[in-house]
Amino acid sequence: MDATPEIAKVSVIPTDWSDRLFRGTTRFFAYLVLAVVSAILVSLIIGAWPALHKFGFGFLKSDAWNPVTEQFGAAVAIFGTLATSAIALFIAVPVSFGIAVFITELAPAWLKRPIGTAIELLAAIPSIIYGMWGLFVFVPVFSETVQPWMTEHLINIPILGPLVDGPPMGIGIFTAGLILAIMILPFITAVMRDVFEVVPLVLKESAYGLGATTWEVVCGVVLPYTKVGVVGGIMLGLGRALGETMAVTFVIGNAHRISSSLFMPGSTIASTLANEFTEAVGEMYTSSLIALGLVLFLITFIVLALAKLLLMRLTAREGART
Amino acid sequence: MFENIKSSLPRKVPNMYIPPEPSQRKSSPVMNTPELNGQPVVESVAKISVRNLSFFYGRHQALHDITLDIPEKRVTAFIGPSGCGKSTLLRCYNRVYEMYPGHSATGEILIDGTNILARSMDLNRLRAKVGMVFQKPTPFPMSIYDNIAFGVRMHERLSRVEMNDRVEWALRKAALWDEVKDKLKDSGTALSGGQQQRLCIARGIAVKPEVLLLDEPASALDPISTLKIEELINELKSDYTIVIVTHNMQQAARISDYTAFLYLGKLIEYDDTNVIFTTPRHKETEDYITGRYG
Repeated sequence: MDATPEIAKVSVIPTDWSDRLFRGTTRFFAYLVLAVVSAILVSLIIGAWPALHKFGFGFLKSDAWNPVTEQFGAAVAIFGTLATSAIALFIAVPVSFGIAVFITELAPAWLKRPIGTAIELLAAIPSIIYGMWGLFVFVPVFSETVQPWMTEHLINIPILGPLVDGPPMGIGIFTAGLILAIMILPFITAVMRDVFEVVPLVLKESAYGLGATTWEVVCGVVLPYTKVGVVGGIMLGLGRALGETMAVTFVIGNAHRISSSLFMPGSTIASTLANEFTEAVGEMYTSSLIALGLVLFLITFIVLALAKLLLMRLTAREGART
Repeated sequence: MFENIKSSLPRKVPNMYIPPEPSQRKSSPVMNTPELNGQPVVESVAKISVRNLSFFYGRHQALHDITLDIPEKRVTAFIGPSGCGKSTLLRCYNRVYEMYPGHSATGEILIDGTNILARSMDLNRLRAKVGMVFQKPTPFPMSIYDNIAFGVRMHERLSRVEMNDRVEWALRKAALWDEVKDKLKDSGTALSGGQQQRLCIARGIAVKPEVLLLDEPASALDPISTLKIEELINELKSDYTIVIVTHNMQQAARISDYTAFLYLGKLIEYDDTNVIFTTPRHKETEDYITGRYG
């Protein structure tokens, strides 16, 4: 009974002026984010309107990019963006998975910290440095050794053959995807490591207790338990790969054409924007570039929304599990 | 040292506390010193023989020179206050502690005469032979069917029909079949706590182990579920050697044939359960079972 007045006093505190001020300030900041996002979206739509009005949905399908005749289409850039991101995921996901499993399940305690720190450092390197390194170190090695070797050995395999056809220039979709893979790897690894670490020890003990090998424990118990978090981490990496600009611009070759070979140069939405905005003359050119930006915004938004949806399902399932 | 060995030597005493004639003794758990009191020793009935086992969490020594024998197809209970090392002792039998760096055991644990602490021991095979159930139910995040089949698939290649039979067999053995037979595809995590624990026991016996280690299997459960688990243990002991760690002394008295009392990492007394709970020879044991500390 004595506690009742105490409780009443506690509930009074939020109406105190300082708390109201605090709440108002934080709310302002939170709404600011919404306002900024909406403002960006609205200005993108306004800026892209002339192009969208002229080309309609054909803008998405057309592979034309001719500033002279003012014919523009997003297909090449969309293809480059999706292709490089797909290559990046294709490489980064298994590698990240391996690193995360090693850190959480296999590494001796003294090794966990150094590897974890190295991964975080990888995330901290500015993308321009990845671009320079890619162009000056990676590309020569690629054109002299890796690509000739791949062409020689894979050219006769039915599906892979066309992908590795072409001159070994070093630059191109494949190299860009590889650089992207290195860049998104730390993000995916960090998320996977974190979700692997929340797997209850008793659950792993039970699996090991049944005679499971580490591989069986990871695939049979850890992955199913963390699958939604893992997918969320992959989405995070994908979101980053889609929007990466500098590093990709350095190594992709910036050619407006869709090629079946991964060794041929191409362009992504972000690299096109970075390359051409300064030289864009005329309303339609500028407007088309902004429309490209809008497309990228929407692609990224869809990816992040999918990740959020998955995370929501995770929380909902945890709630039901009690 | 000698005291320790002597105390780990169970005497089989019938329920009426009449000292039996040596000839009438049922197969008692094994004598662990070959010529104690000049009596012949029956070696065959010990499933697990622990010899001078010490266990270390890094530098902290959690078990001190434990020597005891666990008889085959009986229920042996480990009792003692929290932190006395009873769970640690249990976890030595399938070397699940190996998951953690710094945890190490010295001495010998012989299961069917093989020293399982030997470096050359195949852990996966050992753990297929020695199943374990934990305090909290640990269903895997998969269907009820797959929970059972998960362990079986690792050790045996069964056809679909054989696997169905095995899953049903294990679930029947664990007295869970009738409750889940219509929802085998449902998630194992959606079951109630007691059902989850029986699922874990079913999962443990599905791989057909010889020894079943139960680490406080009923302490997180309601009384009715506890009763079901205890009945289950009673039924399983005709086929399995069962070692159970429990905080609940009534439970130990109800279900076990032999009881070991551990205190501060040492084995204080090990004997027929009836003896432990009626005429313990050590002051510490008596104090503990009468609730004077713990």
